[in-house]
Amino acid sequence: MKRTAFFDEHVAAGGKLIDFVGWAMPMEYTGIISEHKRVRNTVGMFDVSHMGEFHLSGEGALADLERITTNRVTALVDGRVQYSAMCYENGGFVDDLLVYRLGDSYMVVVNAANKQKDLDWIRSHIGPSTELRDASDETALIAVQGPLAEKVMGKVADESVASLGYYWSVTCRVAGQEALVSRTGYTGEDGFEIYLDAGAAGSIWGSLMEAGAEFEIEPVGLGCRDTLRLEMGYALYGNDIDERRTPVESGLMWITKLKKGDFIGRDAILKVKSDGPRERLIGFELEGRGVPRCGHRILSGGREVGVVTSGTFSPSLENGIGMGYVATGTDGPLDIEIRNRTVPVRRVSLPFYKNGTVRSG
Amino acid sequence: MSKRDLRFTESHEWLKVEGTEALIGLTDYAQGELGDIVFVELPSAGTHVSAGDVLTTVESVKSVSEVYAPVAGDVVEANAALEDSPDLINSDPYGEGWMVRVKLEDVSSVDQLMTADDYEERTKG
Repeated sequence: MKRTAFFDEHVAAGGKLIDFVGWAMPMEYTGIISEHKRVRNTVGMFDVSHMGEFHLSGEGALADLERITTNRVTALVDGRVQYSAMCYENGGFVDDLLVYRLGDSYMVVVNAANKQKDLDWIRSHIGPSTELRDASDETALIAVQGPLAEKVMGKVADESVASLGYYWSVTCRVAGQEALVSRTGYTGEDGFEIYLDAGAAGSIWGSLMEAGAEFEIEPVGLGCRDTLRLEMGYALYGNDIDERRTPVESGLMWITKLKKGDFIGRDAILKVKSDGPRERLIGFELEGRGVPRCGHRILSGGREVGVVTSGTFSPSLENGIGMGYVATGTDGPLDIEIRNRTVPVRRVSLPFYKNGTVRSG
Repeated sequence: MSKRDLRFTESHEWLKVEGTEALIGLTDYAQGELGDIVFVELPSAGTHVSAGDVLTTVESVKSVSEVYAPVAGDVVEANAALEDSPDLINSDPYGEGWMVRVKLEDVSSVDQLMTADDYEERTKG
């Protein structure tokens, strides 16, 4: 298994390491629920160095990215970050991703599970005047997340990150090391993501833990990363979005700019939109006891109308929550089938958790 | 309760004989692997189980796991406290986190289960 720059720190902190697409990553340290609450209440620190980072530069980079991704890349001014996606010609997702504008070049951050596929896809869709570099292995990434993240960062960053807006980035020094810091995350809380040279990153973990001690910072694992993102209704590739679904069904038209001109997948997405999607991603809360899981059937009056794509026990709501696709036009009460039981669910608007400190806009 | 009084299975259940009945639960090792337990589906009294049958289903935040009957018997009662506090299995797996009490079909069937030493050896490292 590949190790991130913080492997020794995870072991020392008692992290339960799992094989996550070839990386030894901490699932949890003290427990998913307590780590989840740590992020909601004060501040937690994730190692997400397994994510993929690609750099695109050169004269053709902007035009190529505009064609490859669904959001409007020309809207990005220097330092701006954007949530976006790549689609196939048939409108299905290649991946969802972040695009950073860094001067005249761009950084694209992708899911670890899709890194090679994405790299191949991008490489085969750029012109000769665009340079593509895979910086994944040399880039370490820490996400400091929680309402007190700003206080921790204020102690270690040499730039005033407090004034950094949501979905903006800045190059600065963090605990003496050069880093790219963005006000982004996948938790619904205020927070920062810190990109560093993996070769020199090791000591920053300790520096952040030390700076955060007075704010009760704790290392937190991938287990609560999933419960935190699901409470916010954020899609996870491989569960809620994949090559079989387009932005229309999955509620991601807000990152799909049909008016920006041609891009890969646009025609197919337009057609799904005008024909009307066959299914839609919904959020639901359990009305009985149990935990919904990916793959459970969704029923309406005993008839199968959809499938759960993400489900968990919500530590904040103390109840089972999930997302899934339901056939368009399905009215009335829904149930999900958990093994041999049928459990009623209530459709709810996303996010499930409405008190997050994340700053939008 | 001392672990010495318990018997264990390969699938990480423990069993404690009390006369012709036995308490059954999930081992400390198993609860540690599962992580935070948030829901337990308990059997009703009177349910007959054979050795190896699914006795209960336990849901942690990250996964679902089945608990098997170590030996044959009839369910006398399930630990109702787990309905509101399934985390008792995490905090006190051999005590308040017990799951089911069964009336043993054959008390001697328990002898085939692992001793504490055997189980410890099995789950080491």
